[in-house]
Amino acid sequence: MKRLLDRLPGFIFLLIALSALSALALIIVFIFYEGIPIIAKVGLGQFTLGMSWAPGKGEFGILPMIIGTVSVTLGAAVLGVPVAILTSIFLTEFAPAAVSRIVRPAIQLLAGIPSVVYGFWGLTFIVPYIRLWIGGPGLSVLAGSVILAIMILPTVISITEVSLLALPRTYKEGSLAIGATQWQTVWSVQLPAAKSGIMAAVILGIGRAVGETMAVIMVLGNAVALPESLLDPARTLTTNIGIEMGYASGDHQQALFATGIVLLVIVMSLNSIAQATLKRSQR
Amino acid sequence: MMRLNPKMTQVLAKALIWGSALLVIVLLLFILLFVLIKGVPTLSWQFLTENPRDMGRSGGIFSTIVSTILVTLVSVAVATPFGVGTALYLTEFTREGLATRIIRFSADTLAAIPSIVYGLFGFIFFVINLNMGWSILSGGLTMAMMILPTIIRTAEEAILAIHPLYREVSFSLGGTKMQTILGAVLPSALRGIMTGVILSIGRCVAETAAVILTAGSSLRLPESVFSPARTMAVHFYILVREGISMERAYGTAAALIILILIINVGANMLINRFVAKNH
Amino acid sequence: MNPLFSDRMRNRNLLRLAGMILVSLGLLLVSGCSQAQKAHQIIIAGSTSVQPFAEILAEEYMKMHPDISIDIQGGGSSSGIKAALSGTAAIGMSSRDLKGDELSLWSAEIARDGLAIIVHPDNTVNELTSAQVQDIYIKAVDNWAQLGGQDGNIHLFTREEGSGTRDAFVSLAMDNADVTPKAMVQDSNGAVRQLVGDDPGAIGYISLGLVNEQVKPVVLDGVAASHANIINGSYKLSRPFLFVSNGDPVGIAKDFIDFVLSEEGRQILTREGLVTRDAEVQS
Repeated sequence: MKRLLDRLPGFIFLLIALSALSALALIIVFIFYEGIPIIAKVGLGQFTLGMSWAPGKGEFGILPMIIGTVSVTLGAAVLGVPVAILTSIFLTEFAPAAVSRIVRPAIQLLAGIPSVVYGFWGLTFIVPYIRLWIGGPGLSVLAGSVILAIMILPTVISITEVSLLALPRTYKEGSLAIGATQWQTVWSVQLPAAKSGIMAAVILGIGRAVGETMAVIMVLGNAVALPESLLDPARTLTTNIGIEMGYASGDHQQALFATGIVLLVIVMSLNSIAQATLKRSQR
Repeated sequence: MMRLNPKMTQVLAKALIWGSALLVIVLLLFILLFVLIKGVPTLSWQFLTENPRDMGRSGGIFSTIVSTILVTLVSVAVATPFGVGTALYLTEFTREGLATRIIRFSADTLAAIPSIVYGLFGFIFFVINLNMGWSILSGGLTMAMMILPTIIRTAEEAILAIHPLYREVSFSLGGTKMQTILGAVLPSALRGIMTGVILSIGRCVAETAAVILTAGSSLRLPESVFSPARTMAVHFYILVREGISMERAYGTAAALIILILIINVGANMLINRFVAKNH
Repeated sequence: MNPLFSDRMRNRNLLRLAGMILVSLGLLLVSGCSQAQKAHQIIIAGSTSVQPFAEILAEEYMKMHPDISIDIQGGGSSSGIKAALSGTAAIGMSSRDLKGDELSLWSAEIARDGLAIIVHPDNTVNELTSAQVQDIYIKAVDNWAQLGGQDGNIHLFTREEGSGTRDAFVSLAMDNADVTPKAMVQDSNGAVRQLVGDDPGAIGYISLGLVNEQVKPVVLDGVAASHANIINGSYKLSRPFLFVSNGDPVGIAKDFIDFVLSEEGRQILTREGLVTRDAEVQS
């Protein structure tokens, strides 16, 4: 009897701990439940590869949105990852302690800024200048990429930093001992050694970019057509849902849930790859 | 390709590296100052304590502040017990195995789900299926799921960081597992857990996509958790999109940013004291 | 002094505080339960064009009846009509005529609203014909020079598909032709006005009542967009603002609608820039 009572707390806590699993299961079940019927109706190929999104006419092809997500995310990675990696190197290798004490909280703060504020800032400062100095309406894939690049900085920086700090000190000390400069050590020894961790950081940053909605809605222009250049307006999977969810019903609403399914699949895949890569780097 | 003198590459690299860090700081300051310079002039006691009038064209933002606080309160109140309980389970009641791997995978995946998908789920599950309607409750419960991973992660870290001595002493004093947990582990881990809670509060305050689909956008002062509510972030978004009152939009944003600054500073202070204490 | 003890004391108080917060939250929830189903509360949902006006009317009404609460949601004309049909909302707002199954709903026209086609104040083009507007919106024409203006790409703005404003535009100004998928989509009148006001190459359409000095309304087929011209019928782009409900309105809904249709209600709407029946009769 005492044995049972002793095990009771453990059992109760197990139930509590299963909350995370239940929440995840609930989300997946509901999103799939709401979205699968329309995919069945329209056909998976037609849905994911269809070029035309026109709910009024019953057309539900999300390829333009997939391309939109991919372009904006890729742009964000191209612009943001180098800055993030360089900044991580700064924090781990080159920054005086006093400066780190300012830069680190600053990066945390950057992560806390609401995405609507980012969007508004982008609308005020990025969009007009793209329109004036480069071309197009300003509301464009480029604007989205710039904003997202800034937004993923904290994620990529923090995980890259962790990976760099996890390296055995002998790597660095050995390299410096044979006369390499600090930068040579970073470039030829530390970065390659932390490769898996950095990959994971980038993938998680990309996952963050894929999931962003509010900032992007304000600067992308949201045209339904396929973007043909960096300066064209576009729509992502997330902004598609964001713009139309307020009034969609019936098939249209189901199609938005189906878009949610696609998003879940993409994000969960990215996340699993990143976690696996991270585990590999910790071995 | 001609090989540059290693000293030269070092100088060049250092310039780029310092430049990157500087860029990050400059961007942060740019965004913060933009909002604060334009918004702080609008902030006044009256602005913060008056309700919006005329769809937000005049008046203040009191109802949105209350809504924000209530949604955050609900989500933290729901997520914290489950989050801390999960962390306790992972640290105190099992070893690493299938169960822990599944739980961690679930938590990590929850953390990666886009907020708009949370909004979709919250809308169909809480608002429609459970018939809670657009309400603080719907918004709070949805947000609770969003912040659960953060609470689990920080609680676990906090518990693991406790000097084993605390537990030794409690056990040796004859405490059972539960007594050890309640009397020794939790109180000592409290600061670390609070840090996670405060960071989650920051997340709730900043969230828009999930909240607008579950808590609605009614401007009135909420009467209970069943009332629809407009949080500050949602209010800012609507003011800006509709061009209703740029002045008040900046004011709302400034209030938001200041709130987030306070939250971040608070969390940092806690972390520093927590880290210092355990050395 | 035993360091364990002082920490425990302090943390025990923190735990007590946390407990109190949770308890008060519980009380809040419980008190909420009793207030959940108020008899004197209604929801109005629908067109974002009608919404600002409905909110002003509701504000006035609630000043006169402090015990009644009216919650107003956006979502677009289509969603408002559906909400009324399903009973989710007591009153639905629409900025377009009802069609098909929707005609089973009770409806009342609370005002007429003009649709203005707007360009940037610096745009040298001041007048357009309907044919030209169509050409612009199907992308048969994409440079202002082709319309007699300065060389520059036309940046096209439209509303989202569920919008009554868009519906009205498509049926009245486009002869029901399809808007090009390349048009940039925004989800509110205000957003369109903002973006057109910022971009010299932009064109869009918004509620006449929302036109301000940021943008310039275009003279359509020789007729200026003004209230007078809507009343005398010469300006063709006008659409009804409707309140709809499932069956004849009762209770608070009826009282509110009576208020809106009364002299006082109509004065408020006219003051805000709409055209009401009163004004029609007077001219």
